Amino acid sequence: MFDTLSGRLDEIFTRLRGRGRLNEKQVDEVLREIRLALLDADVSLRVVKAFVKDVRERAAGAEIHKSLTPAQQVIKLVHAALIDMLGKEASGLAHADRPPRIILIAGLQGSGKTTAAAKLARLLKSQGRRPLLAACDLQRPAAIRQLQILGEQAGVPTHAEPDAADPVAVAGRALALSRGEGYTDLIVDTAGRLNVDRELMAQLAQIHDALDPTETLLVCDAMTGQEAVNVAEAFSSEVEVTGVILTKLDGDARGGAALSMTYVTGRPIKFAGVGEKLADLEAFYPDRMASRILGMGDVLTLIEKAESAFDEAEAKKMEEKLRKADFTFEDFLSQMQALKKMGPMSQVLGMLPGMSKLPVGDMQIDEQLPRIEAIIRSMTMQERNNPHLIKGSRRSRIARGSGTSVQEVNKLVKQFDDVRKMVKMMSSGKAGGGMRLPGGLKVPPNLGL
Amino acid sequence: MLEGLLPQILVGLALVLLVIGVVAARRRRPSGRRGATRMKDFEAMERAGRTAVETPTRAERDKGEEEEEGEEGEEEAGPLPETAEAAAPPRPSLRDRLVKSRRFFAARLSEAFGGGVGEDTWEDLEAALIQADVGVETSTKIVARLQVAAKERGVSDAAELKGLLAEELIALFDSVELGRDRALAFAPEPPTVWLVVGVNGTGKTTTIGKLASDLSHRGKGVALAAADTFRAAADEQLQVWARRSSAQLVRHQPGADPGAVAFDAFRFARARGLDVLLIDTAGRLHTKTPLMDELSKIRRVVEKEGSVTEALLVLDATAGQNGLAQARKFTQAAGVTGVVLTKLDGSAKGGIALAIESELGLPIKLIGVGEGIDDLEPFDPKTFVNALLS
Repeated sequence: MFDTLSGRLDEIFTRLRGRGRLNEKQVDEVLREIRLALLDADVSLRVVKAFVKDVRERAAGAEIHKSLTPAQQVIKLVHAALIDMLGKEASGLAHADRPPRIILIAGLQGSGKTTAAAKLARLLKSQGRRPLLAACDLQRPAAIRQLQILGEQAGVPTHAEPDAADPVAVAGRALALSRGEGYTDLIVDTAGRLNVDRELMAQLAQIHDALDPTETLLVCDAMTGQEAVNVAEAFSSEVEVTGVILTKLDGDARGGAALSMTYVTGRPIKFAGVGEKLADLEAFYPDRMASRILGMGDVLTLIEKAESAFDEAEAKKMEEKLRKADFTFEDFLSQMQALKKMGPMSQVLGMLPGMSKLPVGDMQIDEQLPRIEAIIRSMTMQERNNPHLIKGSRRSRIARGSGTSVQEVNKLVKQFDDVRKMVKMMSSGKAGGGMRLPGGLKVPPNLGL
Repeated sequence: MLEGLLPQILVGLALVLLVIGVVAARRRRPSGRRGATRMKDFEAMERAGRTAVETPTRAERDKGEEEEEGEEGEEEAGPLPETAEAAAPPRPSLRDRLVKSRRFFAARLSEAFGGGVGEDTWEDLEAALIQADVGVETSTKIVARLQVAAKERGVSDAAELKGLLAEELIALFDSVELGRDRALAFAPEPPTVWLVVGVNGTGKTTTIGKLASDLSHRGKGVALAAADTFRAAADEQLQVWARRSSAQLVRHQPGADPGAVAFDAFRFARARGLDVLLIDTAGRLHTKTPLMDELSKIRRVVEKEGSVTEALLVLDATAGQNGLAQARKFTQAAGVTGVVLTKLDGSAKGGIALAIESELGLPIKLIGVGEGIDDLEPFDPKTFVNALLS
């Protein structure tokens, strides 16, 4: 996500690097590039204009820090402006004065409302709440069934009336039920509707009025183009939108719609859909997203995931080993298992700063890992702890055991050794200005923390 | 705050680096080889597809001529592009349905053409195109061409300029010489297989329902394969459409292998002597390699015994520039032969269609203009462009 936008800005700033102070002409050039990059990222034109204007004003009034290069200053400005536009901080769901908290889900066809509703239900349930789903999409064939099935998977009951014709009435009855049975939350799934469809938009307003929801969440596909402003405008003029759920963020869409949505509605993005499983709903952190847009990576998310995946004492021990380069295959194996808990490797890598430049997507890392694992598992414990033992007949035995070739085993041992040395250098802070990874990949200098 | 987390971060980073290093070094050999074979497969597939396509289309048409008048009348109402050439006047409904998009666009255009033709005009024009999701690059190209053309012909009048723009846009669609490829191809021997693919939520199942209904109306026997075994109730959704369009449905248990569903459906269609098999697949993001491989597999499995003459990519008109990436990746995985542009009844203009055609040479074959069973129409550049600009 946002890959190309990061890439574009990276490009601009690489060109700026090493230049002296920015003059006005250069600022213009940078702004033009930013405009282009944002448009390419599907940020709506109107929003781009406002954003660029904002950055220009900030640039004019900015103090000049001697400690920052011009490029860094621009990055800081753009970063701050992006955060401002995306919303200052992560915002959870509002609390209702008295239960149930009513959450109305609305959006275009195919934006992912039903899935988002079920994911939200699962999330609330995991927080110890008692949510009820209401199937008010009476338009699309089998939409009710879909919500029922997803509800079952999430372990959340669904109020459904397969033969009903009026979604407003269904919503009303669901509300009565949730009150009567003491549910803490009512999540109402609605039919997808086009923003230009007067009749259905009016119907949405009726559902809204009947429920008087605490939260009205507009579901938006991250791949949406310029249309995002029109959608946001239409929905927020019909009902009081309180937040946005941005879906399908696990793709490679640059996600400019996120900016358009928050700009027009003035409401935060509350959740991000990042996968097809019910657990794949995350809080949306504007600062991280802004960092990500700027190619600074999503380090905070990585840290958070690392925290839950690694035991701290264990991690300290590993760090020590890494520093001294006596990190072994056995350690690698055990840490790889922990890393796996953080999600698919390709996703984890995407969160690292500067990784947008690496062809991570093409490397099929997740497909390659099992082979690496197989090789290591075919080593004896002694070999794993002393990789230099792996020679001659040991190599061919390992290759046979793992169903790979001697060359592959060789390569892995060699790479492991190289990387181990490199990591040692890195963790002792000796490496600066980027370093070369085996395999011809360059690690950007800003990777170091 | 970062201090306490440093060990975790370091270990995480180091591991990630190790993985990258190791994987990067390893990947060259296998992926290189695989890539090469794939390219060959594609070429072969394409060649096979071409030959399969030409003959049947002609055969179909001949058959149509031989048959009685009544059926021809029916065909004219249908959405399939093969009739588009014959049916000269476009159905008014497209215009009606595009009226909203037209209004937005027209308002912007009359802004652009309001005063004399000056620097602002061109800038506004470019903005209008960008806002239609045409993309910065293509928009700039179009405006540059328009400027040249306007100068050559000495156009300074707003109305004339509009006509010129329409010409330029139509020329963009025609320049790739895809006009003839907009027809949906039938196999020489039934059952003809059309595979329907796309990212999540673009309208694959709905499109299949509409296609099935149209084919049924033309007297063709239709089978639907519920190869979306992932999304909850996707098969039930398809079942509703099968009932509405009097098509036969082949489905397995949820979570079943989609390739197996497709294969069974093919055998079923052949055994029953049905004319067309439409395969519904699960929505998938084009960045997920295993899922894209699964799509290749579905195609391969069916092609063991039959031939897939169309792999239709269903694209949401609200999609932005990511539509291009989708079209590229799906073409790599499933050999996409054409695009169905859906949800054109909204205010989204579907401008990415322009870029997809001009950059990838993928013809837009059909457009979706509503949730009704008849809301599928052939894509006609002239009608499309004129409806947008009028």
